Amino acid sequence: MSGTVSWLLVALGGAAGACLRYTADRAVQSRYESLFPWGTLAVNAAGSLLLGLVTGAVEAGAAGPGAAALLGTGLCGALTTYSTFSYETLRLAERGHGRAALANAAVTPPVALGAVWAGLELTRYLAG
Amino acid sequence: MKGSGEDGGPEDGVIDPDVDLHVPAQRAETAGAHAVVVLAAVAAGGALGACARYALTLPWPAAPGGFPWAVLAVNAAGCALIGVLMTLLEEHGGKRSGGAWARHPLARPFLGTGVLGGFTTFSVYALDAVRLLEEGAAGTALLYLGATVAAALCAVWAATAATRAATTRAAVAR
Repeated sequence: MSGTVSWLLVALGGAAGACLRYTADRAVQSRYESLFPWGTLAVNAAGSLLLGLVTGAVEAGAAGPGAAALLGTGLCGALTTYSTFSYETLRLAERGHGRAALANAAVTPPVALGAVWAGLELTRYLAG
Repeated sequence: MKGSGEDGGPEDGVIDPDVDLHVPAQRAETAGAHAVVVLAAVAAGGALGACARYALTLPWPAAPGGFPWAVLAVNAAGCALIGVLMTLLEEHGGKRSGGAWARHPLARPFLGTGVLGGFTTFSVYALDAVRLLEEGAAGTALLYLGATVAAALCAVWAATAATRAATTRAAVAR
């Protein structure tokens, strides 16, 4: 795969991932009225699970470098976000929701880790 | 001086910088055909942000068992920038000194949701940590997990505080 193609795939995946995050975040917020950023936690968990699946598929030889660039670096990379997570944690604390801020900071990393691990293990199991 | 309502200072205003439906203007921004414009801005920003991350992480891949410095740097930088951006876009001191671009309705979807959201990543952070654990580098994995959270939160806090101080000074000087 040429260099230009991989940049194009990362850009395409990044565009789709950011749109998906925006749309999913809106959908979660409109269904669950809460100050806790459930929408962001949901996209970070879903994107991490997908990255685990994609990485597992690449390891197993079922997906190539093109899929890794488009779906892994591009889509999953942009679907998930650290900037939104950190800004929300700061804003929750500033607005007097210290426990929600602490919960967000404490829960998001292990959830994302578990999701990546589950995705990897699932593809490894399927690949036998 | 405390702000009030959605136009506020640190004690009120948005929590989610991607989109916060508690803010009426953001709730309404996908009404009708405008949804296409907002999504196009988010998509263009996401493409740019993801490519910028690719450009910075491609030359510095972490060695097996090695500390993923490039991804940590990308995430910390993106967290500092979201603090600067959101202070300029959402707080009154920032809105006054941020210039016309800061009042543009596509500034947050393009720069915040798109560019910075696409630049920073939680999934690659989690994958790198899982890989370190699988490689038997549990100490490095835990250090990486904790150091990224600490760097991200310090970066967003310091950048937000510095931007507030600068915009307050600019307002006083006027």
